[in-house]
Amino acid sequence: MSKKIIYGLFDDEEILLKSAKDMVSKGVRIKDVFSPFPIHGIDPVIGIPRTRLAIGSFVYGATGLSLAWLMMAYMLIWDWPMDIGGKPSQFFYMNLPAFIPVSFETTVFFAAHGMALTYLIVNRLYPGQQPYNPDNRTTDDKFMVQINLEDNKKSAEEIKSMLSATGAVEITEKES
Amino acid sequence: MASHEAHIREPLILGQKDYHQVTEDITYPIAGKANKYWWMAFTASFITMCWGVGCLAYTVGTGIGVWGSNKTVGWAWDITNFVWWIGIGHAGTLISAVLLLFRQKWRMSINRSAEAMTIFAVICAALFPVFHMGRVWLAYWVLPLPNQFGSLWVNFNSPLLWDVFAISTYFTVSLVFWYLGLVPDFATVRDKFARMGKPFQQKIYNILSFGWSGNARAWHRFEELSLVLAGLSTPLVLSVHTIVSMDFATSVIPGWHTTIFPPYFVAGAIFSGFAMVLTLMLIARKTLNLEDYITVNHVESMNKIIILTGSIVGVAYLTELFISWYSGVEYEQYAFLNRASGPYWWAYWSMMTCNVITPQLFWIKKIRRNFTATFIISIFVNIGMWFERFVIIVTSLHRDYLPSSWTMFHPTFIDIGIFVGTLGIFFTLFLLFCRTFPVIAMAELKSILKSSGNKYKK
Repeated sequence: MSKKIIYGLFDDEEILLKSAKDMVSKGVRIKDVFSPFPIHGIDPVIGIPRTRLAIGSFVYGATGLSLAWLMMAYMLIWDWPMDIGGKPSQFFYMNLPAFIPVSFETTVFFAAHGMALTYLIVNRLYPGQQPYNPDNRTTDDKFMVQINLEDNKKSAEEIKSMLSATGAVEITEKES
Repeated sequence: MASHEAHIREPLILGQKDYHQVTEDITYPIAGKANKYWWMAFTASFITMCWGVGCLAYTVGTGIGVWGSNKTVGWAWDITNFVWWIGIGHAGTLISAVLLLFRQKWRMSINRSAEAMTIFAVICAALFPVFHMGRVWLAYWVLPLPNQFGSLWVNFNSPLLWDVFAISTYFTVSLVFWYLGLVPDFATVRDKFARMGKPFQQKIYNILSFGWSGNARAWHRFEELSLVLAGLSTPLVLSVHTIVSMDFATSVIPGWHTTIFPPYFVAGAIFSGFAMVLTLMLIARKTLNLEDYITVNHVESMNKIIILTGSIVGVAYLTELFISWYSGVEYEQYAFLNRASGPYWWAYWSMMTCNVITPQLFWIKKIRRNFTATFIISIFVNIGMWFERFVIIVTSLHRDYLPSSWTMFHPTFIDIGIFVGTLGIFFTLFLLFCRTFPVIAMAELKSILKSSGNKYKK
């Protein structure tokens, strides 16, 4: 079955936001929005749930901290306790003050890199990936809404007239 | 269009800029050809870099005895340069992370190039400890590897090892933060080349942009990522120079083992970093035609940070003097008396003049809003902060507890060559960056255009 996609191009992000709110309130489902910069307030309108990246970052950070402690406890306390400058090395907690800097750095290392990798994976970003923004002006100064006809009960004509009534400057239809 | 911000705030983007014009202006140096000034600067930097690499190769081939360091002054220019470069790197992260958390809009015109500066400065900094090891091919011994490699486990009690962790974390996290911010802008460049009909450049920038499409979900995650990375980088940037200062502060050398070092070093790092940002930005805004984006307001904001951090540094110098006297420890008292009136008095007073007196001129509004004056003072601060590290390191070491081993430090040809060489590396990388990367964060700038652009502020 062929899929019909309608694209509405806007000159200004505020007009797009208004138009999206208007259409969503009338029961249109917007698939996606392409823009050269984040449009604040668009996420709840088109139904994007809040990302859990920050929670991920916390988990990665906690992992980093545990690994750092495990590493230092193994190397300096269990495997080969070294008496350096008379600092106690029999128990982990006694040596803990000297372990704080490395613990902190490792936590940040894991939290930041884990989060960045997750971000690349969930956004499917990698070298060689082909971009799928429908119009290359959307990384410059234009804003575009994508409406998949199969998600909606309304006809293509209805959606198009709604788009042009709310300020879209170009409306295109594509079948894929 | 109604204005989105108070009218009394001066615009951050001058001229009649709309979204398209921002793209055109920022991608202009990438799409166009380099002018002769760029080629002149690039050639000079490249030759200097090659000279530095030659000196490094000579050091590795012959041994670090070719440096001026001796038994008494075991740490000299190498560590001075290391701390100087690391400090310069701090401004980039401060601008991109701390000012993001404080929602300072003026950071958006300068954060990209300041972060690039961070990356390049840390590369220059890392060269020094690595080459000071002498046998650079064994540099991996600083990693926590088992003792089959010929050493015991690394010592987690040592600030030098903390440094390894701090600097590698700092470098990689800054690099990731910078690059992920670049991804959407590379997509803009890619699509511009597509419109210009240049498929080869389009392909290259597509690889760099990781296939960024700019859909709402990706932007949503992008903003979350930026915020959390900024939150992580803020304590990170403070920790890095704190740990660098502990290399000195945890020792028993008079003049080094002071508890004031961590905040004093962090303030000094930000101070020197902003001076370097100003030096570079004032040149870049002229040569890359960015006068409408890096305005007198940006310069003034940076100068205010220079006053603040410069004053913290000044107070730290005076506190050090007071505490050395008040401590009653004669070694400590002598170390500071020797700094100010001993054979290195000229270094101490250069430091005092450049770091304490010159930045105070920025209290005068005319001076802090003047490009030429700012440029000159920024150079003074760069020089002064180099002398600060030299004073701390060399004057504390050259007269130790045993007067028979007192000596002076004289840099050799190679010392100078390596230091100048790192300046070459830094400027070569920065000039290449200016020609190939979007020097201003376009996506971020477009998002504040309506609130801070001259065109919309009516």
